[in-house]
Amino acid sequence: MDWQSFLAMGGYAAFVWPSYALVLIVLIANAVIPHRRERALRERIARRATGNR
Amino acid sequence: MNLVWFHKLGSPKYFHALALRLTPWLGALSFALLATGLYWGLVIAPPDYQQGESYRIIFVHVPSAWMSMFTWMFMAVCGLLVLVWRMKVAASLMRAAAPLGASFTFLALVTGSLWGKPMWGAYWVWDARLTSELILLFLYLGFIALQSAIEQREAAGRAGAVLALVGVINIPIIHYSVEWWNTLHQGATVTKFDSPSMPVEMLLPLLVSAAGFMTYFATVVLKRARCDILEAEAASGWVREWATRTATEPRNP
Repeated sequence: MDWQSFLAMGGYAAFVWPSYALVLIVLIANAVIPHRRERALRERIARRATGNR
Repeated sequence: MNLVWFHKLGSPKYFHALALRLTPWLGALSFALLATGLYWGLVIAPPDYQQGESYRIIFVHVPSAWMSMFTWMFMAVCGLLVLVWRMKVAASLMRAAAPLGASFTFLALVTGSLWGKPMWGAYWVWDARLTSELILLFLYLGFIALQSAIEQREAAGRAGAVLALVGVINIPIIHYSVEWWNTLHQGATVTKFDSPSMPVEMLLPLLVSAAGFMTYFATVVLKRARCDILEAEAASGWVREWATRTATEPRNP
C-alpha cells in the first residue's frame, strides 16, 4: 500500500481523518468514563461497608 | 406464556450479574467488528465514482446516525416499561443510554458537516434532515438535564420516561425528512423497502461497522446501567457484599 496516497485520501484528508479521529475519541471516552466511575463507586461502597463493621 | 425471564430481568441483582457476564464478550465483539469494518471501509473498499475518497466518511457517519435514532427508540421502550411496570432496571437502562445517544447524534452531525463541506460546499444548511437531527441532540441534552435536575430517583425516572415517549415523534420525522421536504441530503440507500442501492463492496463494510456500533452501544449501556443500579442499591446487602469482594485491595492494609 502506498502510504502517501492513502493519507492524502484523494485530496479529502482534511475531512476524512478528522471524522474518523473524532469518532474514535468520542467512542473511547464513552467507554473509559463509566469504567472509572464504576471503580470509584465500588471502592466507595466497599469502604463504607467495611467501615461500618 | 412463561414470563419468568422478564421478572428476573426486572430484578436489579439478577440484571447486574447478567450484565457483568455479558459486557466482556460484547466489548470484544464490538472491538473486532469496529476494527474490521473501519479497516475495510478505509483501505479495502473501492473509491466512489462520483465522490472519490471523501465518501469513506459514510462508514462512521451512517452508523452514528442510525444509532442516534435507535438509542432514542430504545429509551422510549424503556420509558414505557418504567411507566407501565415501574421497572427499576428499565429506568437505569434509559438513563444509561442518554449520554450515548447524545454522543452518536453529535458524531452524526459533525461527520455529516465534514462530509457536506467538500460535497455540498457548506458545513451546515438549515434543511429538514439536519435540523431534525439537531433537535434530537437537544432532546438528549434536555433528557440529561432533566435527570440531574430531579433529586428523587423514581420521579426522575418517570419524568424522563414521559420525555422519551413524547420525543419519539421526532424519529420518523428524521427518517422521512428526506422524502417529505426538499433537501440537500441524499435519500435512504440502505434502510428502505427496495433492495439497497449500493454496491456490495461498500455495503458490507458499512454493515460490519454498523454492527460494531450496535455492540458498542450494548456494551456501554450495560456497563452504565450497572453503575446506576449500584448507586441506587448501594445500601442493599448484595451490593455491599459484591463491592467488598471485588474492590481493589488497599496498598497498606
